[in-house]
Amino acid sequence: MQDFGSAFGLAFELIVGFDTDLLAIVGLSLRVTFAALLISCLIGLPIGAALAVSSFPGRGALVVTFNTMMGLPPVVVGLLAYMMLSNAGPLGVLKLLYTPGAMVIAQTILVTPIVVALSRQMIEDLNKEYAEQFRSLVVPFPTAMAALLWDARFALATVALAGFGRAIAEVGAVMIVGGNINHVTRVMTTAIALETSKGDLALALALGIILLIIAMAVNAAVQGINAKARRNAYA
Amino acid sequence: MHDAAALREVLPRAVPRRAISNVGHHTLSVRNLSFAIDGHKILKNISFDLPGDELTVLMGPNGAGKSVLLRLLHGLIAPSNGTILWNGEPIDRSIRKIQAMVFQKPVLLRRSVLSNLRFVMGLRGLAKSRSELQPILKRLHLEALADRPARLLSGGEQQRLALARALALKPKILFLDEPCANLDPASVQLIEDTIKQEKVQGTKIILVTHDILQARRLAEQLVFLHRGEVAEITPADIFFDAPTSKEARAYLDGRILI
Repeated sequence: MQDFGSAFGLAFELIVGFDTDLLAIVGLSLRVTFAALLISCLIGLPIGAALAVSSFPGRGALVVTFNTMMGLPPVVVGLLAYMMLSNAGPLGVLKLLYTPGAMVIAQTILVTPIVVALSRQMIEDLNKEYAEQFRSLVVPFPTAMAALLWDARFALATVALAGFGRAIAEVGAVMIVGGNINHVTRVMTTAIALETSKGDLALALALGIILLIIAMAVNAAVQGINAKARRNAYA
Repeated sequence: MHDAAALREVLPRAVPRRAISNVGHHTLSVRNLSFAIDGHKILKNISFDLPGDELTVLMGPNGAGKSVLLRLLHGLIAPSNGTILWNGEPIDRSIRKIQAMVFQKPVLLRRSVLSNLRFVMGLRGLAKSRSELQPILKRLHLEALADRPARLLSGGEQQRLALARALALKPKILFLDEPCANLDPASVQLIEDTIKQEKVQGTKIILVTHDILQARRLAEQLVFLHRGEVAEITPADIFFDAPTSKEARAYLDGRILI
């Protein structure tokens, strides 16, 4: 228990002292995850909106597929991304393996299905309400999609935060394609895994605490967004 | 009746009513129109011509098919059978663009009042600066609410915004599906006054209502639907004084009509 207590003490020292290694790891984590989230939203939101408003053969199967992919095991995604990015893989020429770029790709694969599946649900609900009015107004398809995405913006912000939460806390995929290389691809989750196995509980704990704080901040943001949406009757 | 007569007073006296209709040649023609869902016939073989210069009220008991007929006339749903023509043209996207509809439950975007107007103006490439939209809001007493989230408005305010939005498109035909159901009296009066002004300006108005008193105040022509069929089409004064169908008589007498 002595160790346990001193680990907490050291962890707080690292955080309060703005330890440079710690900051570098946290900074890379945030950069990778935000990049992955941005790409996921750029890909996932239009797909989600299109799925929500269109009907075509196979649509149901596609919806089920995306819903299932929300629960993709990160290590499997990591493995697939590794195979694609390794020298023998189809994307090997990009030389991205063991770079932050590879981690962004892996996290994008993890987060995009979440963005597609959840945004499809939100926009489908909204479209049920708007569809007849839009038909009456003769709203062109792209305008209708843009309007649905904009009017669902609060709901979609919570979708994005759900994706963020998944990506920032994920360890398996970034470990495999990033390799946890110090100062290059070491992020919070991989550092925690490594430091714990090395016995350096202080750094692991400090990162764990920061991860928890980020998770809390994300949840608080979701709640704040929902409250604002309700206040304006935008939800 | 009195109100219908008063309404006619508003029309330019120099121009006989028939002449107005001939100027525009606007006619909504319905031929052998049927609509069924899952074998359940909602409208049965309806035919009529509605001239473009009269305010037509669609009345009938619940389930008579009024709202379905309105949606068919607006092209929101496709008929099972028959044709609907506006000036000889079938109802397609281009015709729907010169029509507008106000639904019983207004569907407003999750945006401000002003942004709701801007959205529809943008669809038609019309002016949408604040100063240009202000008169449209003012007409329905919404100018003070321009920046409020539309969905925080009261029921009456929401419906006034829905009407303002429809009128902003300058439609040639305006469909109104029970626009005043459950609204406050001030909003009802404002909406009715606005409808009358639009009618005078030459917009063809087709109004669905349950409210016999509202029909008396507004109607020039009555289409009475019963069980998916047209029981009668008559000028308003005849309809309210001496309806020709027994269904309409029973309805006006307040008897329950099944």
